[in-house]
Amino acid sequence: MKKLDGPNFWRSLEEYAGTPEFGEMLGREFPRHASEWDGDDDGVSRRRFLELSGASLALAGLSGCVKQPREGLVPYVKQPEELVPGRPLFFATGFTLSGYATGILVESNTGRPTKVEGNPQHPASLGATDVFAQASILSIYDPDRSQTITKLGQIRTWPVFTEELQARVKTSRALGGEGFRLLTPTVTSPALAAKIRELLGTLPKARWHQWEPAGRDPVRAGARLAFGQPVEIRYDFSKADVVVSLDADPFTFGPGSLAHARAFARRRRDAATGGGAPPRYYAIETTPTSSGALADHRVSLKPSELHAAAAALLAAVSGGPADARFPWAFACAADLEAHAGRGVVIPGEHAPGNVHALAHLLNDALGNLGATVLVTDSVEAEPVDQLASLASLVTDMKAGKVDTLLVLGGNPAFDAPADFGFIEALQKVAFRARLGLYDDETSQYCQWHVNETHELEAWGDARAFDGTVTILQPLIEPLYGGKSALEVLAAALGQPAAKGLDLVKAHWQKQHPEAFDAFFRKSLHDGFVAGSALPARALKPKGSIPAPLAAAAVTDGLEIVFRPDPGLFDGRFANNGWLQEVPKPLTKLTWDNAAHVSAGTAKRLGVKNEDLVRLIAGGATLDAPVWILPGQPDDVVTLHLGHGRTRAGRVGNGTGVNAYLLRAAAGLWAAPAAVQKTGGTYALATTQHHFNMEGRHLVRTGTFEEYRKDPDFARKLEEVPTISMYQGFKYDQHAWGLAVNLSSCTGCNACVVACQSENNIPTIGKDQVRRGREMHWIRIDRYYEGSPENPAMHNQPVMCMHCEQAPCEVVCPVAATTHSEEGINEMTYNRCIGTKYCSNNCPYKVRRFNFYDYNKDKHLPVLTLLANPNVTVRQKGVMEKCNYCIQRVNRARMDAEKENRRVRDGEVLTACQQVCPTEALVFGDINDPASKVAKLKAEQLNYGMLAELNTRPRTTYLAKLINPNERF
Amino acid sequence: MSQIFNRSTNAIARISIWGAVFILASVGWAASILNRSAYNTNQGVTVKQPVPFGHEHHVAGLGLDCRYCHSSVEKSSSAGIPPTATCMNCHKLIWSDSPMLAPVRESFRSGKPLNWRKVYDLPDFVYFDHSIHVAKGVGCASCHGRIDKMRLTAQYPSLQMEWCLACHRNPEKFLRPKDKIFDLAWVAADQEALGKELAKENHLRSTVALTNCSTCHR
Repeated sequence: MKKLDGPNFWRSLEEYAGTPEFGEMLGREFPRHASEWDGDDDGVSRRRFLELSGASLALAGLSGCVKQPREGLVPYVKQPEELVPGRPLFFATGFTLSGYATGILVESNTGRPTKVEGNPQHPASLGATDVFAQASILSIYDPDRSQTITKLGQIRTWPVFTEELQARVKTSRALGGEGFRLLTPTVTSPALAAKIRELLGTLPKARWHQWEPAGRDPVRAGARLAFGQPVEIRYDFSKADVVVSLDADPFTFGPGSLAHARAFARRRRDAATGGGAPPRYYAIETTPTSSGALADHRVSLKPSELHAAAAALLAAVSGGPADARFPWAFACAADLEAHAGRGVVIPGEHAPGNVHALAHLLNDALGNLGATVLVTDSVEAEPVDQLASLASLVTDMKAGKVDTLLVLGGNPAFDAPADFGFIEALQKVAFRARLGLYDDETSQYCQWHVNETHELEAWGDARAFDGTVTILQPLIEPLYGGKSALEVLAAALGQPAAKGLDLVKAHWQKQHPEAFDAFFRKSLHDGFVAGSALPARALKPKGSIPAPLAAAAVTDGLEIVFRPDPGLFDGRFANNGWLQEVPKPLTKLTWDNAAHVSAGTAKRLGVKNEDLVRLIAGGATLDAPVWILPGQPDDVVTLHLGHGRTRAGRVGNGTGVNAYLLRAAAGLWAAPAAVQKTGGTYALATTQHHFNMEGRHLVRTGTFEEYRKDPDFARKLEEVPTISMYQGFKYDQHAWGLAVNLSSCTGCNACVVACQSENNIPTIGKDQVRRGREMHWIRIDRYYEGSPENPAMHNQPVMCMHCEQAPCEVVCPVAATTHSEEGINEMTYNRCIGTKYCSNNCPYKVRRFNFYDYNKDKHLPVLTLLANPNVTVRQKGVMEKCNYCIQRVNRARMDAEKENRRVRDGEVLTACQQVCPTEALVFGDINDPASKVAKLKAEQLNYGMLAELNTRPRTTYLAKLINPNERF
Repeated sequence: MSQIFNRSTNAIARISIWGAVFILASVGWAASILNRSAYNTNQGVTVKQPVPFGHEHHVAGLGLDCRYCHSSVEKSSSAGIPPTATCMNCHKLIWSDSPMLAPVRESFRSGKPLNWRKVYDLPDFVYFDHSIHVAKGVGCASCHGRIDKMRLTAQYPSLQMEWCLACHRNPEKFLRPKDKIFDLAWVAADQEALGKELAKENHLRSTVALTNCSTCHR
């Protein structure tokens, strides 16, 4: 058993080093001035504050006298079938990211989409979603979305546009399509691809280019190198005993990540209850990832070493000579060999193509190919080398060979490689039309801008990582009008009045002429086309090992790594406040990106957190603030893409720095770089210290080995008192509780945003986050263990514990927070007068206070549509916190009572539980011994956080178990 | 130095001290009266509607069941306000050219919904559910009164929290058999005995549970 006392677990380097600033911060409990009106910023002095508070006290009584206006009751004229006012409907559709679909169910309340849930039957979702799909609901209502068609900034109508477009197509047709180009992001949609091919069929010399800034070029390149064709590789983690990631983030990034995470977490969970051997995960990483936090072993290395490392692993597997630089390779290889046919070597989406090829060879050599690693045809409609595709477009544009360019989606003017000079080249095109959700950086340089429909407003289709087709259906009429890519292409083909539904139907009617209506209805209802997954192919990789590219040779200098932002992705979600404010995994930064370096590199450069450095890479320079990231390899700077937008909208403009400026074609994911200290500083908003609970056994971890020897290890750390002076409550009906399995949590933030969406939680902005006022009901505490060079990382979601003896309840002077008969710690907003005593007395620091009217955005008519009608929108001066999704509990209980039965296990899913890809959160009735949650809580791994305070928390944790290799 | 105040001012002081108590008490009393008055609660107040719909005529006169129009009362939190199409089921044929019904016909023709005014307007932080009340044996009349005798719809109770709690604390005083839920005129012979029996039969939650904050507020 590890000794847990002392600074073994730490959340930041300041805490690790025990700096005086950290001590002060901890002593203050909240950041400096967090609960005060700051005279500088708000223009309110202490004196003015007293004046105002006196006046507001005097007026408080009067405000109660205002009679509320009488509300209207507006029934339908003809009520749609199946719609029952007051009950939501769910529609199956899909959410696509970089073309790849995840099946989702969208909750619709009398016509308003309000919440995204995963589709349990869809292979890419399995009931879960990622953070992007959760937040996509906010984007539909974004008032900054472009709302009209414009030509050179002037409003135009659809007929005017289509007339001009058709005239263009006609002229091009006379030239055989010469000079006519299409630029799209990755397309997996069968209907859209068919339409594009139809258009290209009439214009034989026209060309279709694709560009996805955070795309899968390396994946395609690797497949081409190994298999000679751009096949898709699918990994089955449910059968994998040993997983080696070569700079991959298999559980939180990429098309199949939800399925991977589910399978891996289940294996670990089953192993803890005696069901099979625990899996083992080796993470070889150039920058720490969320998946790495689940790893049994983590190795950090420079991007330029990755190929050599992969080669060393292959050599070790084939019994070749040792590579002294990678001593771990032997243990890893031995483990893989011992589990031949039951292992996975997964290369990262951003690792170079030749690393992918090596991984394919490794999987072949180990007999994993065909067992845990399957090869299928490409899911994409037209898999191409997108960098080359964009490069040829830019070359042709520069040479004046392009006279018509349709940019359907994407944002190439912002995210094309910096050395391409895309913007200058673009301006040489005579006719430039752009379909986009926002009037953004690319629209700025196109004469025509056509406002695009949001995915939840339009008909379409898309494929998932395994090829499964989902028909995308709209949840609402386009709020701002708008057209889909399918409709624009139909217009180019002379059908400007064609409707998305007819176009999608027409495509699928051709594929499925028999009993089409039944087929279409069933596919729509289920959320996927049955049996459309691509079958595995019996392909073998070519034997030779591709030599590393010159650029990938090991260098001594500094290297920069580019990664899609965990919130903004490639920048497309920049105007989404939820994604801006959600603390990024591991770094816990909000509203900004930063240059992440290791502690050693920071020391060498003489910089500390928030110091500005000048990054030089790809022939450009960029000043960015430093954020030291434990576990980062030395001499590697990681910068997230997507920030620094100029035309994203009111939320996204000017947050962070634009990493694309440094990103040249030669180094899309990693490049040599130089870093200089500038002397300036830049304030970052991080939540890593917020709500800190010092020096206690909050997160508990062990190994499977330790668990076998001493199953009670997690519970031994504290003595939990059994007697109390409080009388206690009787729970003779239900007793709701939550169990959080720390072995599974990746810290992906899906629960945080799902909770935000379900419970109408506001965003507050960077300045307020810096004051520690973030409103998320769930926070994910990230702990490090061990040395700052290569620490183990642990994620711990913390929300209200619903203590059976809650310290908050007894101090509320107005009984606004009370105990329910079922053990839920209730928060009654209309009673709260904002004393904050409850928050002061809460040992878990899970209560959130509305310092301002953070929900004033919700007074914008369009954002009122977003709110969950079953949850009160809180106002200024009110405390709030997790309430176990009481609206869902009440709904399920009432439904059960109407049928004269008890609530069934699994009938109430809290929003966090429902979205969790790894099933780390389980909610249910503890009084029912057969319930999942009761069984989990009966396990010896189960412990209560701060249970030694005799709070008797209803939310408990299962200690994290890992399975390290002794010989590693 | 002589005293500033004459002895007689003591009386003024005494009167004003006791007077203050009296004045404060009367202010409190007046506030509580005002708070419970129809001015504040709208109890018994009718509201001007686009069409002067009469429950008396439709329910007592024609004998329509409540659920003909309020069709989701057993299924959902909302009892449901009938769509214009429901009105037109009959009014296509009956009173089809009555000027009073012009807005209904106009709505049906144009597809623009009727904009009724809420009579029972609960605060937004209260989450009332019709279906569970019906399922547990609370009749329409308990909250809506003898709506079959109302020409124009008025708010029957005060809708103040004390009124809600009066039932949530003693539900057996109001429960009725399931076949009498929609019977507005029904009165129990022995409510106390029947209520206790029905509370058991319908598995009513304990009064503690029924008065938990989260039962209505969230």
